[in-house]
Amino acid sequence: MDAIQQMFGPFWPLVWSLAKIVAIVAPLMGAVAYLTLAERKVIGYMQVRIGPNRVGYYGLLQPLADGLKLLFKEIIMPTAASKKLFLLGPILAIAPALAAWAVVPFSSSLVLANVDASLLYIMAVTSMGVYGVIVAGWASNSKYAFLGSLRSAAQIVSYEIAMGFALVGVLMSANSLNLVKIVEAQSGGFWQWYFIPLLPLFIVYLISGVAETNRAPFDVAEGESEIVAGFHVEYSGMAFAVFFLAEYANMILISALTSIMFLGGWLSPFPFLPDSALWLFAKMAFVLFLFLWFRATFPRYRYDQIMRLGWKVFIPVTLVWIIVIGAFMQTPLAYLFH
Amino acid sequence: MLNIQDIVFYILAAIVLFAGLRVITARNPVHAALYLVLAFFTAAGIWMLLEAEFLAIALVLVYVGAVMVLFLFVVMMLDINLDKLREGFWDYAPLAGFVGILMAAEMAMVLGSKHFGPERVPAPPVHSADYSNTAELGRLLYTDYVYPFELAAVVLLVAIVAAIALTMRRRKDSKYIDPAQQVRVKRNDRLKIVSMPAEKESVETPAESQGEQA
Repeated sequence: MDAIQQMFGPFWPLVWSLAKIVAIVAPLMGAVAYLTLAERKVIGYMQVRIGPNRVGYYGLLQPLADGLKLLFKEIIMPTAASKKLFLLGPILAIAPALAAWAVVPFSSSLVLANVDASLLYIMAVTSMGVYGVIVAGWASNSKYAFLGSLRSAAQIVSYEIAMGFALVGVLMSANSLNLVKIVEAQSGGFWQWYFIPLLPLFIVYLISGVAETNRAPFDVAEGESEIVAGFHVEYSGMAFAVFFLAEYANMILISALTSIMFLGGWLSPFPFLPDSALWLFAKMAFVLFLFLWFRATFPRYRYDQIMRLGWKVFIPVTLVWIIVIGAFMQTPLAYLFH
Repeated sequence: MLNIQDIVFYILAAIVLFAGLRVITARNPVHAALYLVLAFFTAAGIWMLLEAEFLAIALVLVYVGAVMVLFLFVVMMLDINLDKLREGFWDYAPLAGFVGILMAAEMAMVLGSKHFGPERVPAPPVHSADYSNTAELGRLLYTDYVYPFELAAVVLLVAIVAAIALTMRRRKDSKYIDPAQQVRVKRNDRLKIVSMPAEKESVETPAESQGEQA
């Protein structure tokens, strides 16, 4: 280790950070690839089909085949498109989805940047993901793409408020904005995890997470039966694949955040079992399964119903629960909310 | 000798200046709005260098994540005729020049060496790694500055109420759905089962029945 450190000299911190970033992003990309397969398999079995089963055993090589296919496809540039922004769109979509992982803790020491305000950082970075959708929809110069991007912008801005308020409840309980401290505040068995005292906020956060990632039943931005594919209708080949990667990376991110903030992160459900990052991965897998389950089960929300749910149901629920937490904190029952 | 922080500062400052310049020179208003986003984001980076992490993140969260999204939303939907906008450029130039000179003079007065500079504003003390900028800011806001803070909150609330009151108009003929009413619907409100005696099927000619099958 020292020999390698000497070789790079003053550039060592840079190289070391880069190595850590690769160590997070590379498995993440693998997880994205196999999440697509898991999605097709899970939904397949829910609909009494087998799903992909031709490429490799049980279709295990299907994601690689899909990736190769998309790599070799031509990227078609619409003649009326705003060229630079058209290419910037996918980049703006995937950059926040990856940048947010910088502060996600996998265990009390296994975190790229243990920032003090990491919860705020996550909210700030994920709120920028909408630019990819807006820019892509506008730059395509196509009616369907534009409609999709407008819908998506309205939806993401609406649900971000409810999401932010849900997180206010978490940071009130944990008394910290640091994700590591938030997890550590939940230690002591699964009955200490925040999903019990903050159940309404947990549900609001989970559903808003589905809406934020533009997943069914909140996929009006894509709405393939109404506006073909929404904001990415003009994209093909790798440019399309980057949008795809961003969507799934965001899903994994939301599942990680839900697990960290409401399901105790890397903590084991029972005090006599050791804590480990494997618990976090198991919880993330459970939340991801919920995402797939929602997609297989619910029909798409109508646009006005989405707005009603976000503004008239979720925001009041979170506000009321924040007041409940605040009120309880002034009473001897404060220990209920830690 | 420049250290790494200075290098980062000059890079960020150059990007802010370039983006700011493009905001006013870009022909397309959507491009201008996107350059403004870039300027905000880079300014947040500069605040980060000043160890104001909370403010930097709040800038991205509020201005980049919410305000500019809505701004872009509106700009994209406007049908702006650029040539028409540029028509009166030279008529306004003297006034604009005057305002510009005024702003430059004001900034020179504030940022002049008399009130601003390394001697006037000393560098903040170096904090340890576990110093919480956010907690410190929260403590100040809710103790020393609680009245200004609450006043600002009330002003914002009034602004929200006023904005909604000014723009909301309810058309009498607009239809809306009440989900509570929808949920309360009983089967008997919508569906009526009528018991009818079975009717004798009329005898069809073979040609007709074949046509139906096809």
